[in-house]
Amino acid sequence: MAKRKIRVMVAKPGLDGHDRGARVLARCFRDAGFEVIYTGCHQTPAMIAASAIQEDVDLVGLSCLSGAHRYLFPQVVSLLKEKGADDITVIGGGIIPQQDFQKLYDAGIKAIFVPGTTLDTIVNWVNSNVKPVERK
Amino acid sequence: MERGKKIKAGDIRTASRLIRDIEDSIPEAKATIKHIFPYTGKAQVVGITGSPGAGKSTIVDGLIETSRKKEQTVGVLAVDPTSPFTGGATLGDRIRMQRHSEDIGVFIRSLATRGSLGGLSKAVGDAIHVMDAMGKDIIFVETVGTGQQEVEIIHYAHTVIVVLVPGMGDEIQAIKAGIMEIADIFVINKADRDGAQKLQRELMTMIEMSHIPPGGWKPPVLTIRNSFKPEEFEHDLQILSAKVHEHYDFLISSDLIGDRQKRKRLHELNEAIRFSILEPVMEMLIRTGELDSMVEKLVKKESDPASLAEEIARKYLQGCF
Repeated sequence: MAKRKIRVMVAKPGLDGHDRGARVLARCFRDAGFEVIYTGCHQTPAMIAASAIQEDVDLVGLSCLSGAHRYLFPQVVSLLKEKGADDITVIGGGIIPQQDFQKLYDAGIKAIFVPGTTLDTIVNWVNSNVKPVERK
Repeated sequence: MERGKKIKAGDIRTASRLIRDIEDSIPEAKATIKHIFPYTGKAQVVGITGSPGAGKSTIVDGLIETSRKKEQTVGVLAVDPTSPFTGGATLGDRIRMQRHSEDIGVFIRSLATRGSLGGLSKAVGDAIHVMDAMGKDIIFVETVGTGQQEVEIIHYAHTVIVVLVPGMGDEIQAIKAGIMEIADIFVINKADRDGAQKLQRELMTMIEMSHIPPGGWKPPVLTIRNSFKPEEFEHDLQILSAKVHEHYDFLISSDLIGDRQKRKRLHELNEAIRFSILEPVMEMLIRTGELDSMVEKLVKKESDPASLAEEIARKYLQGCF
């Protein structure tokens, strides 16, 4: 039997066209051996949640540099929950002030990565925290 | 079977997970496919192929739109390549179709090739069955960006659309074998660019020269313009969509659909035989280390591939030889 592959989605919610970071991350996930679905900019939380379910991903990585993360990230988490898909891990990254971290953790964001984080750190986090087979 | 029922009820989560299990070769998935197989064969399957960047995903996006306007439910399987080095993949076809992501009548699923060479994933056949059993009226299968040779799509689709763009070479390209032979419909995309008319002429000449039996289908050569003029794009897409349906109707009225069905089923059987016979043997060879030692033998020129294959057949397929 082949080994389970980790499937991840990289998405940019809201009105923010700064996608270099998201693209770098998509590439880095690919190089880590994951299957990466990249959905591009200007996505609503509803589009992201629907796509994540259609693609059966294990992880959704949200990138936001516009300052709307406190509104957009928790929305994705609650929409996934609404659709019975709360086993999908959601992480976030971008320009996110330290004082917002706890609020996002409380809303169900499992990890936050800000500028300066090495790609290895993120890949290692995924490899140790996301287990595709153990999901329901 | 619980899972089969949910698929038939159109549950996207279950369907996507089943497709995942097929991709990951989880044995239980085969049982579910057996269960839903009787409910397949109703959907119209349309293949879209062409070189990287030709505009396949954008055309699929347009075809989703025209199908939805006709109140058809839609499935999309979009295939992108797996890295031969890391096994990872960037699946980016969906990005062109995101306006449909919230439409519950549209189910878009990306697949990575995972080493398949024919322009598709080996899970694609069963993934089509899943969407078919869900009750999707029309299923679009987008291949990876293809070159000249990746023609596997003909085994799965009722209608194959080959997407070309101007400026890809001279008329000799148009008479080569392979991908240029498999089109039921040619589309010249980005037709507002230089060279589109020339390409159209060359293709039409090629089609005129090819042998089409009396009453046979003559592949039309359509053009699509889409640079910043949505109304032109939509107009051209409607013509394409009408042609796709015309071709399907033609298959039915001329009874050619039976031939395509047979071709499809034969291919499925081939794949199933490979899965049930070849793969277990390969796994055994890997597990026992025989494969490695055979490669060593070949490197040292102590044997040759044909003799080794015969040896394997004698050992593992007793009764056949």
